[in-house]
Amino acid sequence: MSAAATAQGPAQSPRGTTFTAATLLVPILLINAIGFMLPVANLAVISVSEIRSSGAMTGGWSIAKWTTVATDPFYWELLANTVRTSLIVTILTLIVSYPIALCLHRMNGAWKSILLVLVISPLLLSSVVRTYGWIAILSDRGLVNSALAALGAQEPFRLMFNLTGVMIGLTEILMPYMILALLAGFGRLDPRVEEAAATLGAPPYRVFWRVVLPLSLPGVALGSLLTFVLAISSFITPKLLGGGRVFLLATEVYDQAIVTLDWPLAATLSIIVLVVFGLALAVYTRILRQIG
Amino acid sequence: MDERPISRILIWLASASFLFLLAPVLIVIPLSFSGDVFMSFPPSSWSLRWYASIGQHPKMIDAFFFSLKLAGAVTVVNLLIAVPAAYALVRLAPPGAATLMSVLTAPLLLPTIVLALAMLIVAARAGLLATPQGLFLAHLVVTLPYALRIISTALATVPIAVEEAAATLGATPLTVFRRVTLPLIIPGLVAAGALSFLVSFDEVVLSLFMSGPRLSTLPVEMYHHVESRADPLVAAISVLLVLFTLFIVIVVDRSLGLARTFVK
Repeated sequence: MSAAATAQGPAQSPRGTTFTAATLLVPILLINAIGFMLPVANLAVISVSEIRSSGAMTGGWSIAKWTTVATDPFYWELLANTVRTSLIVTILTLIVSYPIALCLHRMNGAWKSILLVLVISPLLLSSVVRTYGWIAILSDRGLVNSALAALGAQEPFRLMFNLTGVMIGLTEILMPYMILALLAGFGRLDPRVEEAAATLGAPPYRVFWRVVLPLSLPGVALGSLLTFVLAISSFITPKLLGGGRVFLLATEVYDQAIVTLDWPLAATLSIIVLVVFGLALAVYTRILRQIG
Repeated sequence: MDERPISRILIWLASASFLFLLAPVLIVIPLSFSGDVFMSFPPSSWSLRWYASIGQHPKMIDAFFFSLKLAGAVTVVNLLIAVPAAYALVRLAPPGAATLMSVLTAPLLLPTIVLALAMLIVAARAGLLATPQGLFLAHLVVTLPYALRIISTALATVPIAVEEAAATLGATPLTVFRRVTLPLIIPGLVAAGALSFLVSFDEVVLSLFMSGPRLSTLPVEMYHHVESRADPLVAAISVLLVLFTLFIVIVVDRSLGLARTFVK
């Protein structure tokens, strides 16, 4: 801060300002370099490093992990499974989030603020807590199965330790992101346009289908991108609600890194996560150009 | 009023979705008063035994206090680093400020699992695994972008004319910052601080990769507990955490409005 005192002022030279700015930015740049740039660059290096069967690095290079991943059908299925699950979760999240976002967009005043806080507040709770809540709802002795048993069901429905549970949990976990993205994209939605369509005789479903939905597409695209990307990389919920029986890219990264200690393989898989991420971004940009 | 009345169907759909969104948090509250040994809902009897049993889990209590200290340290250091950085980027606007801003907020874009693995590998080599320093650095990396963005937004809304007036009257730049700018961005600082604290306190993916049996945070301990056994203990802890989070949210909301922090 003392640098700011000596150099900054209305009458100073631009070079002095730049120097002060650089000084003030040193700590954050250091943290970024050490804690972010270096580890991520290292990750790419690790994925092509050679390891002994003991797990120790030899210092040599090897594309063994990439060939394993490319030739073993397990990893192809893992990838397909991850993309499919994330796509389904994205669509489900969109369906349950859209009405809330549209409602919030049309509301005013105190109620809007209260409901907005309710939408945001789950984000401030650990996903462990929310996933735990889903276990209480979906397990064999949980809320849903207790209710079904009271209605006369003989056997509990398996809603957990399978893909169904993972998708239900992820949908709810990702809802706040989708709602906030939809709200951000609803800016173009002018109530007067809807009114005009209604006045001209369009029935409500038609106003929605022909006016509201098309105008909200940018928000839908943004929210879907965000949800999809978060879905492919999330692993707390798949781990806990999948009970080790659901295999996705992110859970496999964790298992390889923490359980098997095969870092090159974990690094390879995580780079594949990044590639899927990049592809999703490319698709989004393309869709946005078409809508836009 | 140029608002269209909200149709009844929309209200029903939105209410159902809201129930879905809040269901896992709501169900934890009655579950925490369960008298059963295992998790079942609805509980067959009611008691406070799971609240009492928190005291018999020293690992949870240690983890809670460590999480608290970690989040506190992260928040303070975060603000000390982010405020000068935001000031440099917004007020001094060096060449390439926009690029720098995107570089510095890039950790938010990277999928957490990728970042966590990257950090694990580097930290293991540096001997920082399961150490307070390692977790501190990891949390700093993910909370700094939030703080930087919020404080930059706050700074950008302070009219430069006010600062220039003070400078014209002879105040040194440091005095201008301390007496004029800083008081005006207090709401932004509160928001940035609270968000950093909560992000650090709730962070589980990075912490899971960076912690070990010797040292872990509360969310990590809770994760391991849920993974290995199904009992209402985590429900009791969760209710306390919800109250704790609610407290922070109310404090922040009182001082500036939570909604404004997130939705511009």
